Amino acid sequence: MAQKTVLCAEHEKSGAKMVEFAGWYMPIQYIGLREEHDNVRKNVGLFDVSHMGEIRFKGPRALESLEWLTTNEVAKLNEGEAHYSLLPNDQGGLVDDIFVYCLKKNQDYLVCVNASNKDKDFKWMREHNKGAEITDESNIWSQIAIQGPKALALCDEVFEMKCSSFARNRIQPAQFQGHQIMIATTGYTGEKGCEVFVENKGAVALWQALMERGQKYSVMPIGLGARDTLRTEMKYSLYGNEIDDVTNPYAAGLGWVIKPQQKDFINRSGILSAKEKGIKQSLVGFKMLDRGIPRSHYLLFSFDNKEIGKVTSGTHSPTLDEPIGIAYISSEFAKEGSEFFVDIRGRKAKAKVCKTPFVSAGS
Amino acid sequence: MAFHVPEEYYYSKDHEWAQVDENIVTVGITEFAQEQLGEIVYVELPEEGQKVTQNQSFGVVESVKAASDLYAPVSGTVIEVNTSLTDDPSVLNDDTMNQGWMIRIEMDSEKELANLMRAPDYKKLIAEK
Repeated sequence: MAQKTVLCAEHEKSGAKMVEFAGWYMPIQYIGLREEHDNVRKNVGLFDVSHMGEIRFKGPRALESLEWLTTNEVAKLNEGEAHYSLLPNDQGGLVDDIFVYCLKKNQDYLVCVNASNKDKDFKWMREHNKGAEITDESNIWSQIAIQGPKALALCDEVFEMKCSSFARNRIQPAQFQGHQIMIATTGYTGEKGCEVFVENKGAVALWQALMERGQKYSVMPIGLGARDTLRTEMKYSLYGNEIDDVTNPYAAGLGWVIKPQQKDFINRSGILSAKEKGIKQSLVGFKMLDRGIPRSHYLLFSFDNKEIGKVTSGTHSPTLDEPIGIAYISSEFAKEGSEFFVDIRGRKAKAKVCKTPFVSAGS
Repeated sequence: MAFHVPEEYYYSKDHEWAQVDENIVTVGITEFAQEQLGEIVYVELPEEGQKVTQNQSFGVVESVKAASDLYAPVSGTVIEVNTSLTDDPSVLNDDTMNQGWMIRIEMDSEKELANLMRAPDYKKLIAEK
């Protein structure tokens, strides 16, 4: 039986099409994927992302434990700052990709993890803990993402504070109608905006306030369908597609969140030696030269018919109105402009490596 | 949502419609199918002269979300293809029951029509979804 978020009744009231996703009963679409997608690029959209997991690290050894568990440099985070990071496993792959929020330096951190990985992550963290008090707070928090060029103006009004002056990747505890919230200027769309953690009992009131006050900003609720096309246009990784438990994070283009010079972490030497041996595959973005829409798992071939890679995500980009894809490709083909075939249901369609992100968004 | 389900058409369980004029069968997808897929952005259709087999794939429609096979409601030879759909698949989002027709098949055997549904049964099928 799929879990329901606190906001489930709100989605059903708005006529959302609901599906099971990562063990949760979630809205995949409200009025239509393209309208929702476009509204986030032009105005503002609300996403119920309460399925995401929240894991809290507290105590004098919170920092030490997080440094060991994650690849990015947690010691650099001051109170109220956040960064993207990875949980490496001990086999050279990734347990998950995560966001780490510093609530009190050295003592209190919030880690936001993927819904589908939450139980696995929590177990992994406890097994490799270096003395932090680790608690799964996923049942305490709902999460609403407010994304789009008008998102922060809406937040300024609803939260009665100057959210629009916050830098990117910050977190600010606050109150909403007496409920505890944390406003984080992060997101998965490439647009300006924030993700708000809200105590479950305040989530419906907050959702309704955002919908109501958002009318003048043309706010819309956004389903998981558009969430996926928005992140694909930015070439943001999705665990299970671009990255998984065997992904070398350097191949995935995530070297910018790995800090082996600055600190030690789980399987640091393994990840480094794989990098030193040379990365055979690279994650690239591409566009089609022939007709067809690339989809995940489609294979890539060189013009002399050698298999050279595999699509991880592909769609028809609503913003560009053309097909786009993300793929692992043999590194010698990874240069921008390099051409190859995508096997689309047995037909070899020409494609070309292109610059990413595919669209330039506001963040 | 009320879908337009003309009485005179035949329907497949895979949500294709078939309009029969003697041995010529015009084929498209139903409004229900379109609504389930969402906005259609890409269509792949067979060539004229190609043989198709009942319940076998004859082409593909894709929405932003996913690709879905099209299944032939009857066996036969493709004698006409609505190539305008390949250039402008949006017709399928506006008028899938008429202008959105996909192919015309010269049917091998009328007997196969017995494997299809008539409008009342198809309406029941989509009401259960």
